[in-house]
Parts: sequence; C-alpha cells; structure tokens
Amino acid sequence: MKSLGSIRRSFAPWNDPDARPYIAFENVTKRFGDFTAVNNLSLSIYEREFFALLGASGCGKSTLLRMLAGFDEPTSGRILLDGQDLRGIPPYRRPVNMMFQSYALFPHMTVEQNIAFGLKQEGMPKPEIETRVADMLKLVKLTQFAKRKPHQLSGGQRQRVALARSVAKRPKVLLLDEPLGALDKKLREETQFELMDLQQSLGLTFVIVTHDQEEAMTMADRIAILDKGEVMQVATPAEVYEAPGSRYVASFVGNVNMLEGTVAERTENRARITGASGAEIVVENAGDAAAGNTVAFAIRPEKIKVSSRPPAEGTANVMEGEIYDLAYLGDMTVYHVRLADGQVLKASALNSSRITEDPLSWNDRAWVSFAPDAGVVLTR
Amino acid sequence: MADTAVSSSPAVAAAQAAPVASGTLLGAITGRLVIVVPYLWLLVFFLVPFAIVFKISLSQTAIAMPPYTPVFTGMSDFAGKIGDFTADNYRILYCDFAGLVGLSGARAYCESFALDVFFDSPYIAPAYVSSIWIAGISTFLALLIAYPIAYGMARAPASIRPTLLMLVILPFWTSFLIRVYAWIGILKPEGLLNQVLLATGIIDTPLVILNTHTAIFIGIVYSYLPFMVLPLYSSLEKMDYSLIDAAQDLGCPPISAFWKITFPLSLPGVVAGCMLVFIPAVGEFVIPDLLGGSETLMIGKTLWNEFNANRDWPVSSAVAVILLLILIVPIMIFQNAQARAQEQGR
Repeated sequence: MKSLGSIRRSFAPWNDPDARPYIAFENVTKRFGDFTAVNNLSLSIYEREFFALLGASGCGKSTLLRMLAGFDEPTSGRILLDGQDLRGIPPYRRPVNMMFQSYALFPHMTVEQNIAFGLKQEGMPKPEIETRVADMLKLVKLTQFAKRKPHQLSGGQRQRVALARSVAKRPKVLLLDEPLGALDKKLREETQFELMDLQQSLGLTFVIVTHDQEEAMTMADRIAILDKGEVMQVATPAEVYEAPGSRYVASFVGNVNMLEGTVAERTENRARITGASGAEIVVENAGDAAAGNTVAFAIRPEKIKVSSRPPAEGTANVMEGEIYDLAYLGDMTVYHVRLADGQVLKASALNSSRITEDPLSWNDRAWVSFAPDAGVVLTR
Repeated sequence: MADTAVSSSPAVAAAQAAPVASGTLLGAITGRLVIVVPYLWLLVFFLVPFAIVFKISLSQTAIAMPPYTPVFTGMSDFAGKIGDFTADNYRILYCDFAGLVGLSGARAYCESFALDVFFDSPYIAPAYVSSIWIAGISTFLALLIAYPIAYGMARAPASIRPTLLMLVILPFWTSFLIRVYAWIGILKPEGLLNQVLLATGIIDTPLVILNTHTAIFIGIVYSYLPFMVLPLYSSLEKMDYSLIDAAQDLGCPPISAFWKITFPLSLPGVVAGCMLVFIPAVGEFVIPDLLGGSETLMIGKTLWNEFNANRDWPVSSAVAVILLLILIVPIMIFQNAQARAQEQGR
C-alpha cells in the first residue's frame, strides 16, 4: 500500500521513529462516577502539529481537552507535555491556552482588556502588553473594535476575539473546543483557512475538538477518531478517508458503501470475497483478512462507476441493479442503485461535461462496477 | 396576480386595509393601557399620598382634629387659607442640621425665627445620621453573610436549588413582629444565648446585647438577609462559569478570578441587594424599638414620636419628606445599576 500521508505535505514527524511526542496521553482513564468518559487511552501529538479529536458527542473528546487544560485530572494514567508530567499542575500554571466553545469572553471587559487579561496575569510590563494586544488585534482584523464590549460584536467577531485572547500568551499548545460551532457555514469555511494560516505563521501546536468531520479533514494534519472513550484510529485525513481501519471509522467519515461477505480465497495481496450482495468480488488492499473471515468491503460512492449498458467482458467486479433514486446536485449526480438482493449502493458521478451522454433515470437497468483497489477490506 | 387586482381597485384596497387599521388602533390602545396601569398605580398609591404628606409638612400645628391647619373643605376656601402655609417645619430641620454640623453662621437666622433651641440641641439630624450609619453597617454585614450563601446556592446542583431557595424564603411564613420578639428572648441577659454561653463556660458574666446597637445590627441583618440573598443568587446563578475556567486558563488563580470576574459580574446583584436592605433599614422602626431600647436614635422612632407622642404632624411630615429626598440618591444609583445590567445582558 502506498503511504497516503505523503500526499498532503512533507510534515510527518509521526513517521519519524526518532521524533519525540510533544504531548503524550499514556493509558489515560477518566471516570465520572459510573461513567467512563475516557478508557485507557494513549495518544501522541507532535510539536507544530494541527491535531483533531473527532467523534460524536459523548465520545470523550472534550474530556481529553479539559484534562490537557487542567480542569479535570485523569483517574489513572498520565499526560506529558514536553516531557513534563502534568498531574497536579493547576490550569493557571499550565503553558496551554484554550479557546472555549462558548468563547467565554469576559462581558464586563472591552475587546482590548479581554486580550490583555492573560498577559497581565503573567506580569508583563504595560508597554509590552499594549504592543502585543495591538499585534493580536491586527492579526484578527479587529483593530477598530478594540474599545467595544463583547455584546457589541457579531458572532464571527467574538470568535476572533476569543482566538486572539487564547494565542496572545503564545502558549505552547492551543486547545480549541469546537471553535467554529457557533458560526454559519460560509463564515466557518473562511475561518477554517484562517486558523490554518494562523497555526502555520505562529508555529504553535493546535489540538482541536470537533464533531464535524469535514472541519477535521480540512484543517488537521492528523485526526484521532474517538468512540466511547477509545481511539478508533489516528491517521492523516487522506488515510482516514481512503484506508479506514474499521467499519466505525469508515461510516463516520464521509459516505461509504459496505458489502458484507466472506473471504473465499486469499493470495498475497488479493482476496476473493463471496456472499457480498450475491456477487463475487475481487479486491486488493485486503489487509489482514484471512480466508474464511467475515469481512466488510468498504467503498466510497465516487469510486463506483454506474452505466446504462453492461461493461465490457472481463471487467472485474460488476453488479447489476436498477436505479432506485437519483439526486442531481449540479457538480455531480448521486445514484442509489438497488442490487438483486435489495441492498442499495450509493454511487456518485462527476458532471464534468455540460451534457451527460448516459442519462440514467428512475427504474432504469444499471450496471455498477469498480476497480479491485477502489475500496478496503475491513475485519473490525 | 392577487396584488395587481387589489391595487387596481382602491375601494377593495381600502376595504382590505380597514380591518388591519382598526386592529393596529386597538393594539395601540391596549398598548397604552398597559403603560397607563402602572402609572395610575404610582399616581394613586405614591404621588397622591406624597402630596398629602407634603401639604401637611407645610402646615402649622393646631389643637384640632386633624391636628394642623389649614384644612380645606372645598376649592372655594383655598384662596383664603393659602396664607396659613408655612416653611417653619423645614426651618426647624435646617436649624437642627446646622446645629449638628456646627454651622455657626446659621445661628442668627435660627434665632430670628425663634428656632435657636433646635440649633443648640439638635435631635432630629442626629437620628438621620445614626439611622444611615446603622443601616449602612447592617447592609455591609448582610452582604458579607449573604454572598457566600448565595454563591453556595448558585453553585449547588440544580436539583436542590429550589429547596435552598425555599429555605431562604421560609422565615417569611412567620410574622415579622414575632420573629423580632423572639430575638428578645434570645438576646436578653438571662436569654437563650447567654444561658448557652454560660453553660459551656465560654463566658462568666452574661453579655449585654439587648438594648444595644449590636442587637439592632443582629435584628436588621437577620430580618433583611433574604432580600440580600435573593438578588445576589439571581445574578450569580445566571453567570456563565466557563468564564472562571477561561480566567484560570489564562493564568489567573481561583481567588484572583473571583475578584476579577465573579464579583464584578455580580455587581448588579450586590447593588440591588444593598438597596433592598439599606432603604427599608434606614426607616426601620420595629427593630430599633424592640431590640434597641430607649437610647437608640433612629429616624423611624423620631418620626413615630413626633407623630404620636407630640402629635406634631407637620414636623413629622417634613421629616418624612426629607427622609425620602435622602433615600432618592441610593434609589437612583439602584435604577442606574439595573439599567446598566440590562444593557450588558443584551
């Protein structure tokens, strides 16, 4: 298998065996009464990394962030920051700053005073504070709003004040708890790129918590997918999407078709799977699946080809069905194809020319096909 | 299509607009009514009584029923008696105050109105001063006690907050007078408190608390504590505690975070609570009368004495008018703070 991580950028300290993790969760467990929020979790985050904790609500991602900030202590296990055990260090002595989901701006202080708050705590001399605050205001383009109170700002402006306040102290690590959750879609997309630029220019380590997979994919160098307090997979966005490690990850990130079947034959890299919707499929990327295993073959909609005529003789992995539903989205068309056994496969086709040659309609006979390396075999 | 049809026929347009117009008119009238009701309430129950008190304060004492003059029987005799009005009662208060602060230039003026006795031995102004002083200290003590209570209630689990709130309000179920009387039983030399302290060997001789200022402080703080706790609780309860997390995250230790974040944000509650305690405490009569003994000078008692013992309605009315003027200052502060809190809440 090709290394998918190299597609994105050359920054990849996690592939370097000599690199020392900057933040390390070591067998961390956190219980609240009977509820286990985080279960024996280990994670390594590297310096200057943009790291995303992704998961549904209640998966323990916010608890991880709060433990890193010092608001909660792990029940067992330890958290290291730059080699130092953080246990017992109160939040006000940790070299990390957090941007809160609610922004938590001090309502009785102006924008300027909010940004200066952390610097004053540090005992920074007044002229230096003034310069730093002015720099921060410039960075988030709010210079003319310096004297306003938070309630006189729009949602997007408040978000930027919160960001400026949390990076003003130049923390070693910036923690972002659903930082874009309260913004509308358009503003959110703009802000995603602003955050990435900011992280690059300041050279900070960012740990972001989000439930929005698109947000995590856009911004992060690596994503940890969490479920029920456990890490399901830690990988680059491309790996998470193209080579998910489990059924949960495959279905959590993006759209996916799952074909359940049994491995009938296993060669070096190829596998023949039977029972998947009545057809027999031949796939590469079989991973650790052995003959006789019950597996799922996961394939993304855009990797399935739909046509109104049977493909040429000898094409691998062809299935016949009928168009059950279709949605024209402008840039692409999504087909729902019902196979003989009733399973519905999603396939999407890019509308690269203005007039489609092959107009499929509801209830038409259709053939779906995909290359052997278009999907992955999942055993978990 | 429907729009063009309507606009092409003015009659139809008018007919359709009519019910809307009458609807807004009705809305406007009910809208006004809503504002009129509280104003009417203020007029009938505050302004009219105040006007009556103010009129009496400009009258002269008379051995009559009612014990002042002029008394108007109708609009017709208004003109004939208007000369009976006098500013003497306010001159008395002026001389009293001037005597207290030692304004030596005022003595000749008081003498010219034969009011130098008030200048030489003032007794009303000291009552004002001690009332404000006692109310001020009591308010401060109530704040010190109520703040931790309110804070504890606001941070308590949401499920037990209604119970705690109920406990704060519970004393109101017993008569105020009975509760103040009960304190006599607790504080008197052979009372409950002294018996407990003597029995446990903490003291050898009974403490004298009853009929002192201490007893008044205890009485006022006890009686008005709920009025301090409730506004504090309501401002602390709606506070966003992630602000404290944020302050700590930015390097602020918990105690410092309290003074920089929690306390400033609870200021509207602090001001409201202080006003709710201070304003009635200044004019308090029952507590100083029952717990303070005969030595205590408070304006409520002075008013009572002038009105009932001396039957000097005009002077006591003037005392009441001046008391109101003194209290208007804190009331204005209170209003201002509330307006600002509302501004911030938006």
